[in-house]
Amino acid sequence: MATSLRCFLRSGKRAGLVAAQRGFSRSSAAAVQVNVRDALNQAMDEELERDERVFLLGEEVAQYDGAYKVSRGLWKKYGDKRIIDTPISEMGFAGIAVGAAMAGLRPICEFMTFNFSMQAIDQVINSAAKTYYMSAGLQPVPIVFRGPNGASAGVAAQHSQCFAAWYAHCPGLKVVSPWNSEDARGLLKAAIRDDNPVVFLENELMYGVPFEMSEESLSKNFTIPIGKAKVERQGAHVTLVSHSRFVGLCLDAAAVLAKEGVDCEVINLRTIRPLDVECIEGSVMKTNHLVTVEGGWPQFGVGAEICARIMEGPAFNYLDSPVTRVTGVDIPMPYAKILEDHSLPQVKDIIFSVKKTLNV
Amino acid sequence: MKTMLAIISNALCRITGKNAGAQTVSEGARVVVSRSLSDFTPQATFDIKRCDLHGLEAGPPVRAELTREQGLQYYRTMQTVRRMELKADQLYKQKIIRGFCHLYDGQEACAAGIEAAINPSDHLITAYRAHGFTFTRGVPIKEILAELTGRKGGVAKGKGGSMHMYAPHFYGGNGIVGAQVPLGAGIALACQYQGNNQICVTLYGDGAANQGQIFETFNMAALWKLPCIFVCENNKYGMGTSVERAAASTDYYKRGDFIPGLRVDGMDVLCVREAARFAADHCRAGKGPIVMELQTYRYHGHSMSDPGVSYRTREEIQEVRSKSDPISMLKERLLGNNMASAEELKQNFWCSDQVVSSLEEDEPSSACTGPEQKVWWKEEVR
Repeated sequence: MATSLRCFLRSGKRAGLVAAQRGFSRSSAAAVQVNVRDALNQAMDEELERDERVFLLGEEVAQYDGAYKVSRGLWKKYGDKRIIDTPISEMGFAGIAVGAAMAGLRPICEFMTFNFSMQAIDQVINSAAKTYYMSAGLQPVPIVFRGPNGASAGVAAQHSQCFAAWYAHCPGLKVVSPWNSEDARGLLKAAIRDDNPVVFLENELMYGVPFEMSEESLSKNFTIPIGKAKVERQGAHVTLVSHSRFVGLCLDAAAVLAKEGVDCEVINLRTIRPLDVECIEGSVMKTNHLVTVEGGWPQFGVGAEICARIMEGPAFNYLDSPVTRVTGVDIPMPYAKILEDHSLPQVKDIIFSVKKTLNV
Repeated sequence: MKTMLAIISNALCRITGKNAGAQTVSEGARVVVSRSLSDFTPQATFDIKRCDLHGLEAGPPVRAELTREQGLQYYRTMQTVRRMELKADQLYKQKIIRGFCHLYDGQEACAAGIEAAINPSDHLITAYRAHGFTFTRGVPIKEILAELTGRKGGVAKGKGGSMHMYAPHFYGGNGIVGAQVPLGAGIALACQYQGNNQICVTLYGDGAANQGQIFETFNMAALWKLPCIFVCENNKYGMGTSVERAAASTDYYKRGDFIPGLRVDGMDVLCVREAARFAADHCRAGKGPIVMELQTYRYHGHSMSDPGVSYRTREEIQEVRSKSDPISMLKERLLGNNMASAEELKQNFWCSDQVVSSLEEDEPSSACTGPEQKVWWKEEVR
């Protein structure tokens, strides 16, 4: 299972294209291969069907089938009323989406990438996130902001930023960052059903990656609780905590390290805010070592927050060495492939950090 | 009807042993009627200013009907808002209200006129100069003052303050200039989506009119024919910057470009009402959005930290007060047409000091760390 996953992750997009599109290829009787894009598509399709207050708006979501084809087929099925193409007006359409949520609808507002959400960030923070609190519970805002986040491939500085830390900083928002297809499906359904504003951070490089999905995870009411992390791999020597695409890299690193006798526990955060500190603490109290891995910049980031929280809680006394953060390099993302590759965590960086932490 | 009223009034006169006619009434007392109802004119029609039009063949009517009941109701609404704002001024100077406090006195006709033209089931959203609308949209004075003074009995339990008060179909109170305009269009989208024949009135000021997001919203509202009335309350100053210094075009009613617009005398409650009715009909007929510029004036400065005289003259403020005050204008109409008595209009139907002292009994919003304080997420799972 781990080998086939690793193979898929390495070949990335190519493997995704090889795998079937809307249909599934069967590898065993019970499990089915679904790529992240299709998992998101099905989740939205089912939620649109389940609740007529749900609708999708954003640039190119309707007739173009989505800039990254995540909303493929939805406009044909649901029409202009439920799948709305907007002009290139992020601040305007994000505000319109928030207003619609205040008035009783349940919008999914797509940002073509989260880099463009900065144009609209006032609406996300001041109009959506803070309103339930400011109104003392009178005015909920049941909205989902979704789109690809973080680095892609060769899109350079203005299109590669990770916004996990930015949005997770704000009380009133839930921030979710799925890794695989099961995460994508379960968390998006949960986000749409949640009565609070949820920032849903996808990853473009993961869209085409297929994963096995159980029958249970394909059922119409399958949701994953927001705020709960998942231990993807049990281990005894060191805890690796990560989110989004880098969970895959952590699993790759764990496979390599296993051959050298180092047993890694890999935690997939799934939710950035609220952070599942208990899961991390429980793991650290078992392994005594912690390495965080993320694509975003180091300063004031997700890893920094984990370090602070571990230090403030009971797990601090169980640490045998300081926490190490593996992050993106503290520079705007360069274009050239070799520079880009070296600006993000690679498997070898994770292995290096683990060995340093364990002093081996 | 008139005969019956005459009979009743005669009967009352016999019971009280007094002559029918005007009587003096002490301030603050509750009076049922001191003159017989049949003495008052039940309804009159008034000439109102013609609105300037943009992209429209015809506009609102130039004559407005007003019944005695309506006149009293509009008068009471505007007087209540005026007194509430003056009371807030006092409380702020006593440091019982803190932070931002943007007062609405002078602009009362806008809130009263709009509310008279729309239904309670319609929606309204405005910016931070929101106390007037909070009242017209149904929040009791006591809850508004409790909110301003940071008490648990406040409409937002003291967590919102001046700029963040909410009610059914009233979405605040918004602190970020211009941000409420896309929100209002979104509310209109929800009305259209749900097919409920409701509209959304979305207000902004002359200062906010230069915000980019408003033009983004105009574009989408027109494209999708959203049932939204965009109301620009032009009180001639964005903080301390006069309209001439802020806008290349001060014809705010034209700045919707492809959206039709009206320029309205915002100091005349009847003018505002007729224009708002016209605009609401336009939206409900499925014709899409419309812009309404209300020319109005604020007596106070931008907020309580602004004396309001460094960028405009006291003479200007005084001139508006004496010539165009909305409450005086309505009062003259009512008295001049025998639609109400001076005593009725002097009645203190809302005693500000009583309300304020009753606030003392209410607990201040406590800074406890109980579970109630930590709830910033709605916890229901569907």
